[in-house]
Amino acid sequence: MPDWLIVRTFWDLTVTGLALGSIYALVALGYTLVYGVLRLINFAHSEIFMVGTFSALIASTQFLNIPMLEDGNYPYRTGGTLVLFLVFILFAAMFISGVGAVALERIAYRPLRGNGDAFGAIVLAFLTAFVVGLIFVNETKANLIIACVGTAPISYSYLRFFKRGKKAPRLAFLISAIGASTAIAEAVGIWGPNSREQYQTPRILEKKVLFSALGTDVRVDYVIVIVGALLMMIALTLFVNKTKLGRGVRAVAQDAETARILGVNVDLIIVVTFALGGVMAGGAAMLFTMVYDQSRFNIGFVLGVKSFTAAVLGGIGNLKGALLGGFMLGLVENYGSALFGGQWKDVIAFVVLLLVLMVRPTGILGESLGRARV
Amino acid sequence: MSQLLNLWKRFHSLKADVQVRWKSMSRVQRLSGYVLAVLTLYLAPWWPKIPGIGWLVNTPGTQFSTVLNDQVIIFVLVALGLNVVVGLAGLLDLGYVGFYAVGAYVVGVLTSQHASLPWIVALPIAVLVSMLVGVILGTPTLRLRGDYLAIVTLGFGEIIRISAKNLDWLGASRGISDIGKPPSIGPLKFGVLDPKPYYWLGLTLVFLVVFCLYRLEESRVGRAWTAIREDEDAAELMGVNTFKFKLWAFAIGAAVGGLAGAHYAGKVGFISPDNFPLQLSILFLAAVVLGGSGNMTGAILGGVMVAWLPERFRNFTDKRVLVFGIALVLVMVFRPEGLLPRRVRTKSPMKPASDGQEVAQ
Repeated sequence: MPDWLIVRTFWDLTVTGLALGSIYALVALGYTLVYGVLRLINFAHSEIFMVGTFSALIASTQFLNIPMLEDGNYPYRTGGTLVLFLVFILFAAMFISGVGAVALERIAYRPLRGNGDAFGAIVLAFLTAFVVGLIFVNETKANLIIACVGTAPISYSYLRFFKRGKKAPRLAFLISAIGASTAIAEAVGIWGPNSREQYQTPRILEKKVLFSALGTDVRVDYVIVIVGALLMMIALTLFVNKTKLGRGVRAVAQDAETARILGVNVDLIIVVTFALGGVMAGGAAMLFTMVYDQSRFNIGFVLGVKSFTAAVLGGIGNLKGALLGGFMLGLVENYGSALFGGQWKDVIAFVVLLLVLMVRPTGILGESLGRARV
Repeated sequence: MSQLLNLWKRFHSLKADVQVRWKSMSRVQRLSGYVLAVLTLYLAPWWPKIPGIGWLVNTPGTQFSTVLNDQVIIFVLVALGLNVVVGLAGLLDLGYVGFYAVGAYVVGVLTSQHASLPWIVALPIAVLVSMLVGVILGTPTLRLRGDYLAIVTLGFGEIIRISAKNLDWLGASRGISDIGKPPSIGPLKFGVLDPKPYYWLGLTLVFLVVFCLYRLEESRVGRAWTAIREDEDAAELMGVNTFKFKLWAFAIGAAVGGLAGAHYAGKVGFISPDNFPLQLSILFLAAVVLGGSGNMTGAILGGVMVAWLPERFRNFTDKRVLVFGIALVLVMVFRPEGLLPRRVRTKSPMKPASDGQEVAQ
């Protein structure tokens, strides 16, 4: 009898698969929201997640002074302190990721939409001066000085360029996103803590078994991840469906032009969309570091690809689809690697995606946030 | 700033001047111009020796002709192939590295791993197999639209890499070594040390591919691709068999990718799954869009830039990927159509020459 048929292993795989799936689902929400509103694969979203994991690290080591200890001798917290700490780390990651996503939109996407503003112009000018400086002197401090000096005149001319208000073709957005994604990952790799090595996050939550069901020991961190992800998802759904801003998001997703005519501030809605996606990615990042205790500057890419797969699997632009796709992908990966061996995990995930798209070309639940077709 | 703008305008008027003079030349003059240009390209390995230009093009850290072949030629070939898929037919392919890998692996399997055919025999087989793989992937997936296609092709690239990594038949993660080299022609010896013959071979392949693709682009097939890219529904209504032409674009793109892979395998003699990461697909796509998708000259320029620039600026090795990322964003913000955008065909084909600068923007 092959080992995957043993019920205990099956339920083990189910629990870990659901935990992984919750992370996918949370990150997938960011892709789905932005895709629904802008019809854009926000390739840099994965780096927003990565920045979130680093924010969680900095929040726990710098602000909460949790020391990094070797070999399982972790400074576990309990009771109210634990909850307080976890919530603090969660909010720190959410805040930084949310701000990062909004900044990303204004720097890398808004100028392409033809209404770049001063913020984008200044940052782009700074980056230009920085890159030009780098070609002549490779010294971080000197580069920074050159960049600061160059910013003012360059940003003035950039702003004048933005006034022309030309909308870029869709491929340009994708390449800009890829560029931003590369730049963010590399910047963290160069100047981030622990440079390019994998780092361990300090553990404050003792990962003991919470309860046993169906012959499986369910660890407390898995429960937190799954429940936390579900709660965040419910909050997001309520926001999108019940609030005024959420109604704006749905309106712009359906038809941006009509929404603009009817008085919706489309730019504000786009900012809100990016912020929501960033906050979800930040939450995912904190939960991720809690379960897997690690991150790296290039962790985003693969996870981002998987999450985007999850979003497509469920039906991109569809919030429930992201949840369903995320859980399904996590489970399929886990069962698949038990069946065929871990090295085939990604192949199985993509084959399942292909099969689903054969039968349902717009994902399992279809596209509901936006229009049915472009 | 206004001086810069003036300079830019003067550059454009200069360009228009050159174009006019080029058109007024006699046929013999133009032909000799072409021959001179081609000759200059074939002599590229010696460019760094020229005073003045040498400093600009030279690549510190790596031999210039190695960069020319292993990076520039490969990227140009791949950009040409991907340009058919992305630029002409408008299909977003994020897994193009898969076809490149298929080409390389077919050569590896046929000349070293399981047979010992000569490279020159393996090359057409590699191109055909890549084409076939393109058709096999395209048949079920090309009915998907836009971004769904992107994620499926991305998955395809990963499937190819992971399969190569885990199948012992393909050498698993050890890869394949001792891959056959192109046959020597007279004094041209395809050895291990001198990359120049490979560069000449590669350049010849590039010319061949450019010629074929140019003919295709100007034909009925090319017009069908453009129609599909601009508006698929309208093209279908006008009687273009969109599925058939999309499949053709996919297959031809795949074939060129396979050719690039085969050339690469013949040069380096050793391939492993790590040579074909997903990030390479992204770089390929970046090359096409950076140069100007839909414009063959643009795609070539993009390929050269993406391949050569990181080698040129090796002196800040640790930050060159960062610079690359920032540069992508900047180019897209300020030239969203790419460095050399495709020419937009306007209603009247007879336009006064003074309009040249407006079209170029």
